[in-house]
Amino acid sequence: MNHLRGVYTIWYRDILRFWHDRMRLVGSITFPLLFLFVFGSGLSARMGVLGPGVDFTQFIFPGIIGMTVLMSSFMAGVSVVWDREFGFLKEVLVAPISRAAVAAGKTLGSATIALLQGMVILLFAPLIGVSLSVGTVLTLLPLMFLLAVSLGSLGVLMATRIRSMEAFQAAMQMLMFPMVFLSGAFFPVQGLPTWMNVLVKVNPATYGITPIRQVVLGADPSSPYAISLFGQTLTIWNEVAMLAIFGITMILLAIWSFGNQE
Amino acid sequence: MNDHIIKVENLVKRFGKLVAVDNISFSVAAGEIFGLLGPNGAGKTTTINILCTLTRPTSGQATIAGLDVVRQQSQVRRLIGLVFQDPSLDERLSGLQNLRFHGLVYGVPAAVREPRMEQLLRMVELWDKRHHKVQTYSGGMKRRLELARGLLHHPKVLFLDEPTLGLDPQTRNRIWEYILELREREGTTIFLTTHYMDEAEKADRIAIIDYGKLIAMDTPEKLKKMVGRDIISVKTDDNDKASTEIKLRYQIEARYDGDGLSFEVANGEEFLPTFLKEFGTRILRVSLRRPSLDDVFLKLTGREIREEEVSDTFRAMIRQHGRRMRR
Ligand SMILES: Nc1ncnc2c1ncn2[C@@H]1O[C@H](COP(=O)(O)OP(=O)(O)OP(=O)(O)O)[C@@H](O)[C@H]1O
Ligand SMILES: [Mg+2]
Repeated sequence: MNHLRGVYTIWYRDILRFWHDRMRLVGSITFPLLFLFVFGSGLSARMGVLGPGVDFTQFIFPGIIGMTVLMSSFMAGVSVVWDREFGFLKEVLVAPISRAAVAAGKTLGSATIALLQGMVILLFAPLIGVSLSVGTVLTLLPLMFLLAVSLGSLGVLMATRIRSMEAFQAAMQMLMFPMVFLSGAFFPVQGLPTWMNVLVKVNPATYGITPIRQVVLGADPSSPYAISLFGQTLTIWNEVAMLAIFGITMILLAIWSFGNQE
Repeated sequence: MNDHIIKVENLVKRFGKLVAVDNISFSVAAGEIFGLLGPNGAGKTTTINILCTLTRPTSGQATIAGLDVVRQQSQVRRLIGLVFQDPSLDERLSGLQNLRFHGLVYGVPAAVREPRMEQLLRMVELWDKRHHKVQTYSGGMKRRLELARGLLHHPKVLFLDEPTLGLDPQTRNRIWEYILELREREGTTIFLTTHYMDEAEKADRIAIIDYGKLIAMDTPEKLKKMVGRDIISVKTDDNDKASTEIKLRYQIEARYDGDGLSFEVANGEEFLPTFLKEFGTRILRVSLRRPSLDDVFLKLTGREIREEEVSDTFRAMIRQHGRRMRR
């Protein structure tokens, strides 16, 4: 009961802050939309068809959703570093709520905002000729949420060890962009050079973005959107399980590390 | 007053080679106002951080209401309230939202929380500003909000780390009125650090810490007695005659001091009535000066506490403008 109240309160504050700062929403979806429309329109004609009846813009659309969610969920870490820098973290740490609740509340807060931003991107589907059924959207939400919570926990974990905003932001960029670029968000992951193939396969974001694409564009195992590991073609459930394992590990590490900091 | 709500035994905190808190022991009675005094870097904040579970001691033990601050952190946290030395508000939220957040994390039921929020905001005169973002508050207003917040959940022990730093005299007075009233009404124990001697005077007991070591601990009265005797300055219609008479009656050598005399006695307050009766109308002017806590501080630490005032102003400035300088 105590724990739930703590999680809720921490979550509530981050949502409240986000609401005060709604312009952040506009800012954070501008970049993905630029990617979608500029790269999409610029390259679609040259790239031809990337799947059954799917052009380049439509191909990267799920990748853009994944990218938006991923980048936004890292804000959980930024928010912890920010609170520490401005002293507010002390108010939270002396309160009678567990450190685990604080870590969980921060992660869930950023995951909620990430989900919201991902949903705003979804609204652009009709503009690029992607039709989404209600069922598709309802399947996407938990996938996006899982991706957000996993990477949000990674952000919180990093924030317990990296104390300055500048250092955190540098570390975040160093991690975030390779994660996005090597996730298959912008290109099919078949027939890649070995080094790149390895990086794509060890990148947890791959297992978040691939199922999103399969849900949006079709999950036929023979479709070009599937990925294979050790010669095995993965099902959506396989991918979700991989991401969930990563996510749970991150959450546990984040909670542990949060409880151990001074 | 016999049950000790705070007990500290052989507490040590090291930061690498630096010994910030060096084997200190003391206890504070329930309902007491306990002042911890010391020059910058003496270890006051570190001591508070250990007591409020934010910092783990290197060795030694501390309990609050019998609860260990390392092993029973969550129970300890429920009992205490804090006003930190450094700012700790969410500047993006309003004053009211900051208080509400606090009430929520401390599990204060809404029916108690909301009226008390109003009462506290009125006390610190921020009710009219309650919907404004804290960003727009002045330094003093932020401090007052922090104080209101620390009181919201009725803590049994209130830690105040330089609570009135950077506040104007009227506000300081009002806050002190409230602190004294709180102790009176709810029996709250108050653990305080300050660089203002007039505030330290209000404490029931004072401990002086320097380089992490406790070097004195007693009531302000007794500490002052320790450093010297009371000084009586007097002007009479005939100073020469009075001087001789003082020597005869009390075996005290008086000094000429301006247009009058001055001399030292052990207990000025008891001495003065007798003196007035015996000298009667011959006295034109008389004053009693007692050694101040400044004198105590100077004698014990070799530093004048007033030296801190410059850096106080400086730190108050940092509080308001340079928060990113601090880590
Ligand atoms: N986190 C830390 N890491 C390293 N050293 C620290 C840390 N916190 C405090 N210190 C050192 O411990 C000593 C005591 O610091 P503390 O903040 O307790 O002093 P203080 O008595 O509160 O001083 P002030 O009156 O300036 O607030 C100082 O020398 C300080 O530099
Ligand atoms: Mg201090």
